[in-house]
Amino acid sequence: MTSTAISPSPVSTNSLLWADNLHKRFILHAQGGICLPVLKGTSLKVKPGECVILQGPSGSGKSTFMRSLYANYRVDSGAIWVKHGENRIDLTQCQPHELMAIRQKTIGYVSQFLRVIPRVPALEVAAEPLMELGLEAAAARDNVRSLFRRLNLPERLWSLSPTTFSGGEKQRLNIARAFSVDFPILLLDEPTAALDAANREVVIELIEEKKARGCALIGIFHDEQVWQRVGNRVLTFGREDETALGESHE
Amino acid sequence: MITDCDEARLITMQDRLVPLLTVERLSKAYGAVVACDRVSLSLYPGQVLGIIGESGSGKTTLLKAIATHLPIDSGRVCYTSTAGQALDLHELPLPRRRQLMRTEWGFVQQNPRDGLRMNVTAGANIGERLMEVGGRHYGQIRQTAGLWLDQVEISQARMDDFPHTFSGGMQQRLQLARVLVTSPRLVLMDEPTGGLDVSVQAKLLDLIRSLVRTLQLSVILVTHDIGVVRLLAHRLLVMQGGQVVEAGLTDQVLDDPQHPYTQQLVSATLVP
Repeated sequence: MTSTAISPSPVSTNSLLWADNLHKRFILHAQGGICLPVLKGTSLKVKPGECVILQGPSGSGKSTFMRSLYANYRVDSGAIWVKHGENRIDLTQCQPHELMAIRQKTIGYVSQFLRVIPRVPALEVAAEPLMELGLEAAAARDNVRSLFRRLNLPERLWSLSPTTFSGGEKQRLNIARAFSVDFPILLLDEPTAALDAANREVVIELIEEKKARGCALIGIFHDEQVWQRVGNRVLTFGREDETALGESHE
Repeated sequence: MITDCDEARLITMQDRLVPLLTVERLSKAYGAVVACDRVSLSLYPGQVLGIIGESGSGKTTLLKAIATHLPIDSGRVCYTSTAGQALDLHELPLPRRRQLMRTEWGFVQQNPRDGLRMNVTAGANIGERLMEVGGRHYGQIRQTAGLWLDQVEISQARMDDFPHTFSGGMQQRLQLARVLVTSPRLVLMDEPTGGLDVSVQAKLLDLIRSLVRTLQLSVILVTHDIGVVRLLAHRLLVMQGGQVVEAGLTDQVLDDPQHPYTQQLVSATLVP
């Protein structure tokens, strides 16, 4: 068994996530071994209560960066230190079962898409992460019901499989699934893309509540109005510089 | 530059979890053909490990070697029993091994005809396993068999019918009931949805998924179907030519495949 690098929580920092000098390229073996370098030394630190916006044209690597932070993509070099319980752990060195534990407790991810499980009702799909953490089924469902209500997901849908849901309905289910857990770190990949104005407002509120509770958020938002409101800082891709919101974006 | 973690010692993380099963450098050859070449893996409680690879990649041989259905040339298969003992399966005396296989292990065959007794009724197929582990009370055995038919969504009215009167999907569900009735901790499955219609497959997958969760099973699942591992497996091994060419969390391997063979496998799959 290979060892995992962890460190006792250093007093010198209070960041929850620290990506240090990430490099990631894709090698396409079927296309003559073409090599696409996407991340070339990206770094980011996020503190509790902060929301960092990833910006940049499509293809500039912001999604690749975010997926790397969830260990969905495996980086070629660099470290991703995450505060997991009392320890700081480097995600890039973790064993699969350790990553599973980190995704269960520490890092939540709202993707644009919902991988649909046939025949399982929406309420159960959304309550699953809480139940995996050991919460009683009834309490987990109550928690999810209140989020469904806030997100205006019609009650008649709760007992149905999300297979037939619209894009916006699936997205709200995804949001409820990830926001129900008290993750210290949340990654948001276009969480409002398919939502109408009223529900977008709800998501903004939910994000503000997470920030108030000390959650560190990293988000990709298509909608400038949304990120201008929730973001504290912007990490720009393509140009690879980091700016404080309000300085370069007036 | 002074960084957050410079001063931090790097220490080895104490695994809070003990693996249920550890395979170390397992090799098995058929004459000159090496079916499994120094394969290592570990499986943790409650995990589903998928093994994918095309026909001839050695995945079924690996599964059979783990189950001790086949002798191995070298390596070790180590299992942590309920009592917390680490057992080297291939070195274990045969009676003890058989007892383990009956009580703590289960094996789901690709072809339900290999996993069922076709000349006894559905109820007897389930009840027989209970009797092997000491069930004696006829009424209780029959009642448990009925509950298991419910679990796998076969009407209790079919209890006294023979498996050959069942459809392929029903036979496979009956095999699941036969395997799971003794509450195994570790279940090995060889292409459990192979040869079934897509709609029947979906239902079976969903059933396996919910049983794995509610019974907290650990599973090793061999398949060539990427859709199956997407839905069921937490972790994935990709085999080619008897070797493990890639391993990781299922989403890592399928979303960011690194090895040429895995890339080919993923890109050849129709996106559902």
